[in-house]
Amino acid sequence: MASTISSPLALIAELTHRCPLHCVYCSNPLELQSRAEELTAETWSRVFQEAADAGVLQADFTGGEPLTRTDIIDLVRAARGAGLYVNLITSGLPLDEAKLAALVEAGLDHFQLSFQGAREEIANEISGTRSHEQKLRVLQWLKRHRIAVTLNFVVHRRNIDQLEEMLAIAESSCATRVEFANVQYYGWAFANRENLLPTRDQLDHSLEFLKRAQERLQGKLRIEFVVPDYYAKYPKPCMGGWGRKLMLVTPSGEALPCHAAKVIPGLVFENVKDRSVREIWKHSAAFQKFRGESWMQEPCRTCDRREQDFGGCRCQALLLAGDAAATDPVCSLAPLRPKVDAILAGMNAAPPAQLFVKPAWLYRPNPT
Amino acid sequence: MALDLNSLPRLAPGCRLGENNQQRVLLMPERALRLLGPSLEIIERCDGRHTVQQIIADLQRIYSKAEPQKVEQDILGYLALLQKERALDFGS
Repeated sequence: MASTISSPLALIAELTHRCPLHCVYCSNPLELQSRAEELTAETWSRVFQEAADAGVLQADFTGGEPLTRTDIIDLVRAARGAGLYVNLITSGLPLDEAKLAALVEAGLDHFQLSFQGAREEIANEISGTRSHEQKLRVLQWLKRHRIAVTLNFVVHRRNIDQLEEMLAIAESSCATRVEFANVQYYGWAFANRENLLPTRDQLDHSLEFLKRAQERLQGKLRIEFVVPDYYAKYPKPCMGGWGRKLMLVTPSGEALPCHAAKVIPGLVFENVKDRSVREIWKHSAAFQKFRGESWMQEPCRTCDRREQDFGGCRCQALLLAGDAAATDPVCSLAPLRPKVDAILAGMNAAPPAQLFVKPAWLYRPNPT
Repeated sequence: MALDLNSLPRLAPGCRLGENNQQRVLLMPERALRLLGPSLEIIERCDGRHTVQQIIADLQRIYSKAEPQKVEQDILGYLALLQKERALDFGS
């Protein structure tokens, strides 16, 4: 029978950091890149071809908001023309029916639409814009096209109690997949963490609901969910392992093993303007840095799980332990797990009056 | 959810065949599957024009040396996996 490639070998094309939304959970780096630095469509076209030649199967168009690129249709056409499966990860703004039709015609395979909540008020609070109504319109237009559709609901303390309503939106749409993605803490999410982490009760309740829903909808709607890893026992196999499955290219052309990698000091990132995708993947010092096992500390170095989760996330280790080579502190076996436990304990002990009031958010700005 | 042997499987929207390094692959939103031998024969018949029963019969004929029951079980298992992934629609 077929052997499974466990996740597609993908190129994450971070086309721009411009975005009409200002989501408080955004995982973009705090230092956003300007429009002036963005790669041209011509350069991206070459990168797509190099990626395909190097064995990449899928291009994930993301940002910021990829639809803010006025050449987005050319970009879709170029990626599809290079033989890649084209995935658009978008807020649904700016978009109208004609542009959606043009994207599909240009070869778009998969449309992943984000949602910030089930209701206008919370969605607009989290995104800092009036965007919810537009997303519902996009859902209607999508019914008329033959592409894969996934809805991605970003979940946290402020909206985790609306799961049932969110699922209802998904069920009434043409989506075949829905992701309930609990916020992971990088970039702006890290800055707003105290106001985003769900309580243990909220999380337990949500997992019960989602497991039942998965069973009920099996074969009709594929439901996926990710627990915030602060609450997990073991860390996530971040990106499928550093430099193992995925390459991200920033708006200015830097090749990164993941979207947060620039938080790690001492790494030098190469640029696709200067070197081919294949060369960077094989030889870039930044990609080599955490490949294999020689960089691992204990307990990872001798742990039975090291080939499953690779010691977790390097960027999270940097953010929480101050050391990118440390065991990801969310791991129950990590020396620094008590630090994560303390964060959760403090939060879960806070009075409801404090936890459930509308916070003073740090909103993500739009770079020039 | 048991598969209807008379239903007509077809690749769902956004799921398609591709090729990379001379290998046929099935491309889907979050996964790709390498297609070799039996799996390729199955996917090629997921065109909305072959019933599940016909696919089983075809493969039993092609793989005549294999145990027919095993072929049937493998095919049903594979189709169920793809249905769970939402990579297949089953028409009537």
